Amino acid sequence: MLRDAWLIARKDLRLEMRSRVALNQVVPFALLVLVLFAFALDPDRGLLEKATPGLYWIAVLFSGLLAMQRSFAVEAADGVTDALRLSGLAPAGIYLGKTLSVAIQLLVLEVLLGVGVAVLYGTSITGWLLLIATIVVATAAISTAGTLFGVVASGLRVRETLLPLLLLPVLAPVLIGSTRAFEAALSGTPSEGWPWVGLMSVFAAVYVVAGIFGFGPLMEES
Amino acid sequence: MEPDDPTSRSGTEPVVHLRGAVALLGRFPALAGVDLDVDRRRIVLLRGANGAGKTTLLRALAGLVPISEGEAVVLGVDLRVDRQSVRHRVGLLAHGTGLYDELSVADNVRFWTLAAGADPADAESAMVRLGLDGRLSDVSVGRLSTGQRRRTSLACLVARRPELWLLDEPHAGLDKEGRDVVDELVRDAAAAGATVILSSHELDRAIDLADEIVTLGGGVALDESGKGGGGDVA
Repeated sequence: MLRDAWLIARKDLRLEMRSRVALNQVVPFALLVLVLFAFALDPDRGLLEKATPGLYWIAVLFSGLLAMQRSFAVEAADGVTDALRLSGLAPAGIYLGKTLSVAIQLLVLEVLLGVGVAVLYGTSITGWLLLIATIVVATAAISTAGTLFGVVASGLRVRETLLPLLLLPVLAPVLIGSTRAFEAALSGTPSEGWPWVGLMSVFAAVYVVAGIFGFGPLMEES
Repeated sequence: MEPDDPTSRSGTEPVVHLRGAVALLGRFPALAGVDLDVDRRRIVLLRGANGAGKTTLLRALAGLVPISEGEAVVLGVDLRVDRQSVRHRVGLLAHGTGLYDELSVADNVRFWTLAAGADPADAESAMVRLGLDGRLSDVSVGRLSTGQRRRTSLACLVARRPELWLLDEPHAGLDKEGRDVVDELVRDAAAAGATVILSSHELDRAIDLADEIVTLGGGVALDESGKGGGGDVA
């Protein structure tokens, strides 16, 4: 299963490196969202600073949706889904591999957005340990749930619009948790953030288990 | 290209055994009670008009379309009970290429070879066999001609060394040299112990290639004309 996961992750990352969709479309989109938030809230600089954690994670979620849609769009083209079914790869391995590749792309995106927030919003970064733990755990939560819902939507003609409708409500706890944890880190009260990290860890663990067991049947239906 | 000791798994039983096999696409019976037996090392041609059920039959034999009624045993696996475990033992050349457009020819062939658990060296030899080595191997599949894509899909199939080859219009889109290569691959696969079932509208070429001919119409096998037995419509 882990061999299959590595094979899928390596293939997906190679696809991204060759197509540069994430670099040329997702990253500019994410930075544009940050800029638009800055334009909208600039008259009240205090509000912008206060809302920075939430704006950051909303930008991550919106941009992450594009990355997840892309991850399944490449599998839907020209008979690839059938080829995957016939490949002998373990469905759980496919799930873990796609989750890993989405997570790596999200991590890169989050680092770039972090730089964007610091530059555009003038946010001073404190509480590094909690920030890093939040990013790692929230990324795991988003990618584990996103990959599972991605395969649900992948077989449908309306997948581009259905995936956000399915996924965003599910990820609401992650948005709340990551925002609260960031607020705690940036306000110098990290002890208030760690319970949210714990909550998101449980969320990610639940979706990993659900994905390992549920991805195969869902792939059959897609 | 020899498959993994095909005789060890299901002995002398037919590779394909269908009795009254029904497959539904939605509520439409694309297969409406097919009877078919195919022995090992045989090359069977499926022919019939558009919509006769050739593609559905090939996909059902690959375990991709469920059999809702009748008997269906492929490579010793009862498809009514388990469609998954036969899949990695068959190779399906379908209408879709099954390739990633952004990846190069070599990346695609190597990925699908490794995914099947086959020897990576087989990917290289398959590309040489299909004329995809050299400069072409680094070209993105999205930039290839239809015929070159078809060759790449075939290379992926050959490298996997399947026990049962299911070829849906394998000559389509290929030039004469490419079609000759397909025929050579099919004959070599059968000689090495694999079984081949193909559909083709290039009947002159395909009839020469086949040991048995099965005509499909309206989702059932209408008749067979053998050249030596082995592929029987019961």
